[in-house]
Amino acid sequence: MASWRRCLFVAAMMMVVVASADESNSWLSRSGHFRVSYESDLQPIVINRMHSWVLIVADGDGVPVTGATLSIAGGMPAHDHGLPTSPQVTRELGPGRYLLEGLRFHMNGEWQIEIAIEAGELRDVAVIPLQL
Amino acid sequence: MRRMRQLLLLLLIGTAGYFGWMYRPVSPHPWSEADLDTLRSLWFESLPAPPEDLSNAVADDGRAALMGNRLFFDTRMSANGEVSCASCHDPDLEFTDGRHKGRGIGESKRNTRSVVASAYSPWLYWDGRRDSLWSQALSPLEDPNEHGSNRMHIVRFVTTEPTYKSMYAALFGPAPDFADSNRYPSAAAPGNNEELARAWRQMSQQDRQSVNRVFANIGKAIAAYERTLLPERSRFDDYVRAVIDDDRQRQQAVFSNDEVLGLQLFIGAARCTECHNGPLLTNDEFHNTAVLAFPGDLPDRGRIDGVREVIENEFNCLGEYSDDPQHRCPELTFVRTDPELVGAIRTPSLRNLARTGPFMHKGQIDSLAGVLEHYNRAPDAMIGHNEAKPLGLSRPQLRRLEAFLETLAAPSSR
Ligand code: HEC
Ligand code: HEC
Ligand SMILES: [Cu+2]
Repeated sequence: MASWRRCLFVAAMMMVVVASADESNSWLSRSGHFRVSYESDLQPIVINRMHSWVLIVADGDGVPVTGATLSIAGGMPAHDHGLPTSPQVTRELGPGRYLLEGLRFHMNGEWQIEIAIEAGELRDVAVIPLQL
Repeated sequence: MRRMRQLLLLLLIGTAGYFGWMYRPVSPHPWSEADLDTLRSLWFESLPAPPEDLSNAVADDGRAALMGNRLFFDTRMSANGEVSCASCHDPDLEFTDGRHKGRGIGESKRNTRSVVASAYSPWLYWDGRRDSLWSQALSPLEDPNEHGSNRMHIVRFVTTEPTYKSMYAALFGPAPDFADSNRYPSAAAPGNNEELARAWRQMSQQDRQSVNRVFANIGKAIAAYERTLLPERSRFDDYVRAVIDDDRQRQQAVFSNDEVLGLQLFIGAARCTECHNGPLLTNDEFHNTAVLAFPGDLPDRGRIDGVREVIENEFNCLGEYSDDPQHRCPELTFVRTDPELVGAIRTPSLRNLARTGPFMHKGQIDSLAGVLEHYNRAPDAMIGHNEAKPLGLSRPQLRRLEAFLETLAAPSSR
């Protein structure tokens, strides 16, 4: 019984650690207008699997940015090639939470996902690095 | 005399030393943790069942597979009564044909790919111009160089031949009656053949749709059979198990030194797993590796044309003949179409190449040694640009890589 509880406790702690690690992984856009983070529905991210992300976009003060237009580019800088698919933001799920569909990576190595963000007057690009 | 004996001794020691070095036993466990992850990712045991095909309601129906099996070997659907799918996809040659390019009524435009494990890929053909096995199966039937037939003839044959007629009805319900020759001509199909196309245009939209639906169902039965053609374990997979089990004796029994070193190159310096990754040793993506054009052919534009064709294909995942009412087609919906795809060809699997040569999209290269020579030089592409860089490997290294590739052969024949 005790060991069962200990297991639960450890699992809960691990979930907290994983969740907070996610929070701290956010990236400031090039001119500093936006802060972007993501949650992947494929965990861990592996090659050759189609999956989606939720992109979380906030302004400099951490306030969710709603109604933004996001477009995606990227690739592997070391290999000088782009993404194997053409991922797109298909809808805003909630304030500042955007569904990004159609992601698939076809090689292990270093990737960069570039997110061009347009919100009101502001335009900026955030780059998310990804090591597979 | 003594000097002579000393010299001889020295020579003996020298020779022994030399051979000892040449054939030194490699450490049976030269793999790092990261290597181990890579080996596991390439392992047969990491291969899941084929992904489900929502666009094909009979994809995993055994009765459909039986019907498809018959159709696959049936020559009666061809223009001259002599060509079946198996004419080019011979089970004894791992479902290929040993030719540079396929040969049916005429000569196919490209090298015949194996059908084994094709259920795993989101794209079919070297240029990915189809997005399901069932839509792929329809295309050779109407290709003038392959079966050379037309869909009107095919649907009439399958819905009247007694065995197929009852198999069809059991799977899809009774087929429409195509007997009325005023509504249904003897031969008709859309496409480049003017005579067939005219007959097709003269049919009503509704009649064309009902022909298309039966035609699509025939493809779906063939696809159900093809989904059962799965790859098999190889000696490489035994080796990976021995590595994972840390069974050094077994490792040495299964793999020679050269094969171990070849594998090391394959996942390391030779960078093959950039594209030949996962348990089928392919990412099923499109890459320009600058294989020279087939003598007399223009350079193949590859994926840039294939992607246009699949987007327009009436039998694609988003089209009306898909069985998924929700049309979930992430691959087609988010497909890329940019100029990087000029001259890009779909990476083939490297499992079981023992009987599938010649290699490459037009059979340009006859041997594995020739393929490795090509990668070692990495010439400039005739169109687009070569993604691979010259490797600069030595002869012995190339031989080891080749030795490793041979360990991917499945020991049993079908
Ligand atoms: C005349 C020879 C020929 C005939 C007949 C033929 N094929 Fe093929 N098949 C080929 C060639 C050549 C290719 C590759 C063509 C390309 O990629 O452009 C191919 C490719 C394929 C592929 C794609 C495999 C992959 O992974 O991309 C499948 C599946 C296939 N054929 C199934 C069939 C079926 C089913 C039939 C019968 C309805 C058939 N073939 C009839 C020559 C033939
Ligand atoms: C940039 C991606 C890429 C890399 C890296 C790569 N390949 Fe390939 N490979 C391909 C593509 C694409 C083809 C088909 C090319 C064509 O037909 O024009 C291919 C074809 C082959 C074939 C022919 C198989 C057949 O059925 O025709 C072999 C064998 C092969 N590769 C082995 C290797 C080895 C060994 C390495 C490492 C030295 C390697 N490849 C590196 C993408 C790659
Ligand atoms: Cu890359």
